[in-house]
Amino acid sequence: MKMMKQNVMIAGLALVLLSATACKDGNKNEPAAPMSNEMHQESMDDMMDDKPMNEDDEMAMNNGQDAKAEAILTDYFKLKDALVADDNAKAKELGASLATTLGKLDISEYTDTQQSDLKDIVEDAVEHAEHISESDIAHQREHFKVLSKDVTDMVAITGTENTVYQQFCPMYDGGSAWLSTSKDVKNPYYGSKMLTCGKVQKEIN
Amino acid sequence: MKVLKIIAWIALIAFVVIQFFPMDYNQSETLPQTDFMLVNKVPATVEKSLQVSCYDCHSNYTKYPWYNKVQPVAWFLEDHIKEGKAELNFNEWDTYSDRRKNSKLRSIIKQIENGQMPLDSYTLIHRDAILSKEEKEAVLNYMKTLKDDLE
Repeated sequence: MKMMKQNVMIAGLALVLLSATACKDGNKNEPAAPMSNEMHQESMDDMMDDKPMNEDDEMAMNNGQDAKAEAILTDYFKLKDALVADDNAKAKELGASLATTLGKLDISEYTDTQQSDLKDIVEDAVEHAEHISESDIAHQREHFKVLSKDVTDMVAITGTENTVYQQFCPMYDGGSAWLSTSKDVKNPYYGSKMLTCGKVQKEIN
Repeated sequence: MKVLKIIAWIALIAFVVIQFFPMDYNQSETLPQTDFMLVNKVPATVEKSLQVSCYDCHSNYTKYPWYNKVQPVAWFLEDHIKEGKAELNFNEWDTYSDRRKNSKLRSIIKQIENGQMPLDSYTLIHRDAILSKEEKEAVLNYMKTLKDDLE
């Protein structure tokens, strides 16, 4: 009898546990949250609709937005340095923070065409940054290549206050470019294996 | 001995009970206009390869063999498919911007070339999903032309 009781109790426990897991799974079924940048975009639009801005506000916004494009570049350069240093773990962290910063890019001040270009760029770049945050270093470098193109295209629209050098290594994946704040070539695709492979291709600003 | 018996009973009960949990099968009735096959002129051979080797996890319609409807296999699969669709959903191809299509094509080409896709855990059971040398080449060539057209 005692044995029976025990059996029933344990079975009950198992049931409760299982339903708990099932519920968790159920929640995960809900549609994924929309991309953070889209949400941000919406709230920005709302703000614009609600109150027309005076010149001071516009100035402030402009500054904020510049800071954000700069913030993306800052994060990008940090990530690049981690790859130069062959630091997989650090690149993971920095990929994650770059993805967050990218999502916060304020594009409200740009023309419609620029806005849609920037949206495409950010959407793509976020995905690459997220992949970088969860990959081994070889894979991180593959994504960094396309990410670099995205960031370069972004800078072509947003501009930047600082001089940026576009550098190019003909050996990696049929030729790959990246951005750097310094003229000195330090290759993020090869790191210590071939640190100085590449040349300055272009000076931006 | 007693303990073993108890454990066996619990396992059996649990196994039966979990069969009754509702499952969301990845089997959408509609094919969106944005599907890869609808917006591209995909050669028949390539189309077949993609349907058999990719669409189970990278579209809104999975062909489940019966044993995949048994729990807990079905749960494991559900997460798997969700992840696959988040990375790439052929049904939603045309909703991607050109830039993203380019990125997706790049990854498709890379991963098929490296043999990372289709996944080993998938081809282990779905033997027909293994791409032969010719099929692989045809798919890769087609994806490369698509990518070149975008650039």
